[in-house]
Amino acid sequence: MAASSDSTFETVEHDVLVIGAGGAGLRAAIEAAGTGVRVGLITKSLLGKAHTVMAEGGMAAAMGNVDDRDSWRVHFADTMRGGQYLNNWRMAELHAKEAPDRVKELEAWGALFDRTPDGRILQRNFGGHRYPRLAHTGDRTGLEMIRTLQDHGVHQGIDVHMEVTVLTLLKDGDRIAGAFAYDRDRGHFKLFKAPAVVMATGGIGRAYKITSNSWEYTGDGQSLAYHAGAALQDMEFVQFHPTGMIWPPSVRGILVTEGVRGEGGILKNSEGKRFMFDNIPENYKSSTADNPEEGWKYTQGDKNSRRPPELLTRDHVARMINIEVKAGRGSPHGGAFLDIAWIKERLPNAEAHIKRKLPSMYHQFMQLANMDITKQPMEIGPTTHYVMGGVRVDGDTQMTTVPGLFACGEVAAGLHGANRLGGNSLSDLIVFGKRAGEFAAKFAKENPKVTIDPKQAAAAEAAAIAPFARAANADGPYQVQEALQDSMQANVGIVRLQDEMETALATIQGLKKKAANVAVLGNREYNPGWHTALDLPNLLTVSEAITRCAIERKESRGGHFRDDYPEKDPAFGSFNLLITKGTDGEMQLTRQPIPEMPAHLKEVVEENK
Amino acid sequence: MSTMTDSGTRKQTFSLWRGERGTGAFKDYEATVTDGMVVLDVVHQIQAEQANDLACRWNCKAGKCGSCSAEINGKPKLMCMTRLDQLPANEPVTVEPMRAFPHVKDLVTDVSWNFEVKKKILKFVPRAPDAPDGTWRIQQADSDRVQEYRKCIECFLCQDVCHVLRDHHMHDEFIGPRFLLYAAALEMHPLDTGDRVPALKKDFGIGLCNITKCCTEVCPEHIQITDNAIIPLKERVADEYFDPLGQLVQIFSRRKEK
Repeated sequence: MAASSDSTFETVEHDVLVIGAGGAGLRAAIEAAGTGVRVGLITKSLLGKAHTVMAEGGMAAAMGNVDDRDSWRVHFADTMRGGQYLNNWRMAELHAKEAPDRVKELEAWGALFDRTPDGRILQRNFGGHRYPRLAHTGDRTGLEMIRTLQDHGVHQGIDVHMEVTVLTLLKDGDRIAGAFAYDRDRGHFKLFKAPAVVMATGGIGRAYKITSNSWEYTGDGQSLAYHAGAALQDMEFVQFHPTGMIWPPSVRGILVTEGVRGEGGILKNSEGKRFMFDNIPENYKSSTADNPEEGWKYTQGDKNSRRPPELLTRDHVARMINIEVKAGRGSPHGGAFLDIAWIKERLPNAEAHIKRKLPSMYHQFMQLANMDITKQPMEIGPTTHYVMGGVRVDGDTQMTTVPGLFACGEVAAGLHGANRLGGNSLSDLIVFGKRAGEFAAKFAKENPKVTIDPKQAAAAEAAAIAPFARAANADGPYQVQEALQDSMQANVGIVRLQDEMETALATIQGLKKKAANVAVLGNREYNPGWHTALDLPNLLTVSEAITRCAIERKESRGGHFRDDYPEKDPAFGSFNLLITKGTDGEMQLTRQPIPEMPAHLKEVVEENK
Repeated sequence: MSTMTDSGTRKQTFSLWRGERGTGAFKDYEATVTDGMVVLDVVHQIQAEQANDLACRWNCKAGKCGSCSAEINGKPKLMCMTRLDQLPANEPVTVEPMRAFPHVKDLVTDVSWNFEVKKKILKFVPRAPDAPDGTWRIQQADSDRVQEYRKCIECFLCQDVCHVLRDHHMHDEFIGPRFLLYAAALEMHPLDTGDRVPALKKDFGIGLCNITKCCTEVCPEHIQITDNAIIPLKERVADEYFDPLGQLVQIFSRRKEK
């Protein structure tokens, strides 16, 4: 019935088309609209529901409101150290320098942050940040951010296309020309013509079984950009957040903010031992407390104390939990204990304090796990959270290797290198969202003429409706997705091995064939089975990229840990891994040397060692 | 740890609303459930195994995005935050779309009206910065005072249950509890200087709310919408329009001395 082809579809024209309406996409759209160009904003969900809303801890910006020793120099050095020096140093520099202004701008647009005693924006401690640096609103900073951007944006004349999914990017020769999409509501196709396109689609978490990400995080942006000719970079670096909920089973993967540890929460194994003191990496020894007393003082704002080992980088903490579980010292459901209730030994009003500092965590555990975090320790374990790799971009303009195609936020690579520091994501969104919007608008003004090739749209349309014509006994989309998630979780997860990853690659090749043959029931009106079928090629593309890069990197660094190569190898520290689409349609992997850091930045790294 | 136990599985019937654009009926599905599951888990299970084209909205699955609003056993709730052990185990669970909005398909409704309403409300207008570097000074207590209004996740369950919208369909005259709360958040923001009181009275229909508190009861964020947002706004409207002495005073002074 409605599965037949549309002979006509709506064409919408914008100067700048932004795909994705989380923090980065909204910020890009606001910036572009501010320059006077016509801006369209596409979101797969309703406005304001993007993953940014889940961010809890805060946004990193060296404002120095709590500790005036902080500066962009220290933030830059922290980001580079956390990223194991695979970062795009230009992006790390711009990020550290511009984040404070972007945060203040949010306040001017109505965001209301927690305050210092003298009324300035309060900043909290977070893993890998030397000084208290995260501007925050309790533990719902992401909600404050996205609502501020959303409410500011709706008055900027941006055309918002809600519940629309992009199927393919359109090209005019080498340059971008727009995107071809469908609306989820009616299943109608839409052609967006635009001389500049900004990708702000977020991450890839749904490639894994246990994830903090929602259904939306199917790697659309990475995959669409790759198929349009852009390069993907460092895809092996996936962040497994150390603290996801693990019990009851239905909540597995839901995030427990790092803010719990920032407020004094400690990690313990089944023997009650605080195991994070067991192994402190060499390059963090000088900045990490060597006893519980000092660690506690740090969380309470003592400037002369060093941070507790629970606040080491996420990759390290996740691996430490993994070691405890494998050694048989895990919690009953295969994780570790995260205890914030213990602070009642130190604070008179601990219960009220926890509820005030971590209200949504309190609420989340009460409601979903029926337990009171002010009284009992939480059971937690690693969960797929973020991808450091993504679309390769120019550090200043955020343009990809495809003229007119920009990328910002999680979908872009570079800022975080091999591992992202908590709090550097929200600041990434606003710093590079702004830049992407600014330069996309500039590009659109300078290169306004594009021609649409109707054949590209027709091919995408034919592929999209093909699943309706297939026999009902073909594979279902959910089963293919689940098989992929199981394989990626088991074989390309937190600890990796050559033969397991080769198994994953073979599984992906097999699932590609199945995905090309899935059948969809029903019609095109709001049909999640169909939507899932159309997400599969994206999930498979990013899974293959992750796996190929992970096989190539024969060392352990940041978010990428290999049991067969457990040490960091300096030889792997001088290049990024790039994935591009070869002329034969297969993935090409190349090693791209990292340009030498200029002297003024080397100096900054040295002075913060 | 928690009081929950690793108990076994059981079968339960779920009656889900199936249909498009206003037509439809409940359809029964048998699901295998365990304690600790939430209604959204069951909907996903049915979607993956029995009804691939079952339409529902969801995102975060942690009560933070407000996407999976529905009526469960007749009560407006988030599917992701409704645990099965809070519902009767030996009866079918009914799940249907929010009834105050136009139906799209199955559990999905057209909530776009809400996004249009928000655009009509005067945006945030900050006072001049307090410091030469363009920043403001706000006390924590002043920030805390308005955080309750800002917790809203825009699930629109309050709009769904409000009888002015649900039963009387006064969508053109009344903005509903969500946007009265939003107006309150702006009006009471420590930096805001905008005046939304005239619009609240004339265009947004605040007088139509007769304080039955249905909205407060269904709020998953436990925001005291009626007591802390709507009633104070009603008082502001009353002060401005029905208080002769106040009106005199106003002639000689600015209404807001922020």
